[in-house]
Amino acid sequence: MSVLTVEGLTVDYVSGERPVRACDDVTFELRQGEILGVAGESGSGKSTLITALTRLQRPPAVTTAGRIEFRGTDLVSLNADELRKLRWTSLAIVLQSAMDALNPVMRVGAQFVDVLRSHDKTLGNKDAWAKAADLLGMVGISADRVRSYPHELSGGMRQRASIALALACGPELVVMDEPTTAVDVVMQRQILAQVLRLRRELGFAVVFVTHDLSLLLELADRIAIMYGGRIVEIGTAESLYTKPRHPYTRGLRDSFPPLRSPLRKLTGIPGSPPDLRNPPPGCPFHPRCADRFDGCDEQRPELLTIEDHADHTVACRLYPSGDDQL
Amino acid sequence: MSQPVLEARAVSKHFPAGRSTVRAVEDATLALQPGRIVALVGESGSGKTTLARLLARFYPPTSGEIRLHGETVKGKPRAYYSDVQLIFQDPFGSLNPLHRVRYNLERAVKLHHAVRSRAELDQKVTELLERVSLTPTEQYLDKFPHELSGGQRQRVVIARALAVEPKVLLGDEPISMLDVSIRLEMLNLLDRLRTEDGLALLYITHDIASARYLCDDIVVMYAGRMVEGGLKEDVIANPLHPYTQLLIDSSPDPERRDRPNLFDAEDLGEPPSLIDPPAGCRFHPRCPFAMNKCRTETPPRTELPEGRWTHCWLQENA
Repeated sequence: MSVLTVEGLTVDYVSGERPVRACDDVTFELRQGEILGVAGESGSGKSTLITALTRLQRPPAVTTAGRIEFRGTDLVSLNADELRKLRWTSLAIVLQSAMDALNPVMRVGAQFVDVLRSHDKTLGNKDAWAKAADLLGMVGISADRVRSYPHELSGGMRQRASIALALACGPELVVMDEPTTAVDVVMQRQILAQVLRLRRELGFAVVFVTHDLSLLLELADRIAIMYGGRIVEIGTAESLYTKPRHPYTRGLRDSFPPLRSPLRKLTGIPGSPPDLRNPPPGCPFHPRCADRFDGCDEQRPELLTIEDHADHTVACRLYPSGDDQL
Repeated sequence: MSQPVLEARAVSKHFPAGRSTVRAVEDATLALQPGRIVALVGESGSGKTTLARLLARFYPPTSGEIRLHGETVKGKPRAYYSDVQLIFQDPFGSLNPLHRVRYNLERAVKLHHAVRSRAELDQKVTELLERVSLTPTEQYLDKFPHELSGGQRQRVVIARALAVEPKVLLGDEPISMLDVSIRLEMLNLLDRLRTEDGLALLYITHDIASARYLCDDIVVMYAGRMVEGGLKEDVIANPLHPYTQLLIDSSPDPERRDRPNLFDAEDLGEPPSLIDPPAGCRFHPRCPFAMNKCRTETPPRTELPEGRWTHCWLQENA
């Protein structure tokens, strides 16, 4: 069963002479309790996608087309009041930098109480503080920290507190925007372990956005790869790692040197990501693609399901009508 | 082993912080050899950037000494920077945005070399851009930094460092702000400079996989102290210090097939404050093998075969 269905989502930044298309015809589905990783480089449109998904976008960003169906309602069509009812209780977000996400002049516990009580009017003050301590306990922060100010916690603790905060009202969907980018690898491992446990216990679904594909390969159930504002491939973590179809996915996977297997010379992907103010025609990856052939600079490939692999879709002309030829 | 170009011998750096002191680096010893790349890995706050800045004479050490070509260095002589150059993490902040690429490079050439003519200067600048593969060079010479991508800017930063013809490059997280798909090009460029010019390179990173790709030796720092060092494959395949084990186990590794491992990683602890670091081994509060001795006495350097060493009582007593 799907929690979220995104169809043809298109976001433009409307300023200057021409609108800049940062998300172009993005379509994917998120199943109940699933972790969907979204990987992309800077300018791939992943942050734009997140703000559009959570309806947090501000002008000049405008959703110009598409639907975001969440539990049967289209988020794009909701007004501010209707959205407010969904926020926290059904749909929550964890932002990249907990330093900016938590209010520096409010005790951490008070920020939980604020959210809890505004979504449950029957909850008393004392019970709300007790619940805040429980929530912090879920991410391994001891109850006596509930009266601390954000600056009294380490960066890793703040980031974990903001995850606990997102889970305060039992959402079904949590969108995480690079939640571990600002912390060290050991803390990152710790946070991911907690997210996996909480997901198992509470059953929420996650959209996890990051530039670090190597992380997603271990964490996510399925992964979507974004390039130049489009999703170019979606597949299970396993199939994307063992058999990536899109030349960009392959290049990205091979941009991470291995930790244990024998070293060989790696080249990364030559060239730089496209300038969305002046996007290349056809496939956005064709100027950097080693496998391009006649027509890649004209025809825009559609996202097609690969034959015999229902869970794997790719937008590349090497796989016309889904033939898995490589 | 040949004579090291640049050495840190038992250097410490303490910073005043109000009435207290931050013990950022304690008793660090490191030697950089020509044509060899040492990776310095550790988490933020481990002291790796402070050590790089000590090596770059950004500030003087509180104790210990920095030696260039075997001689103790005092102050900030310009000659020092003809041999030692630092590459910063942020390619956006380290080029003068008001000047074109040409000017940014010319300045370094003029400051460190006696250039006689305009033609000679132009030729030098062109050569520099060619060495970092920014070709055709005419396309880049008259661009402003903001007109370049992050990867191209970092190449200009490296070209500027090369302008003085240094013997040592200190790279402080030189690729961490670049997009994943262009990081390897940068690592391959650094590797080429090491091979072609025999540069000694210090590569500072928190990414062990990239350290393994580029370097010869790995040195691991934790909470201001060095905990382990040796040939990269020895250290990664067989870490001796419990902190090194934790660091390697925590690094993303898609090849790791035992995903349930993640569940056991919920309480790994955090590095200590460097204002009042733990006595003895600084890792002991998080160490599953901590003994009484670890809580009171700082472990000495235990020398092992193949240039391997570690600071751990488990190894010292073994």
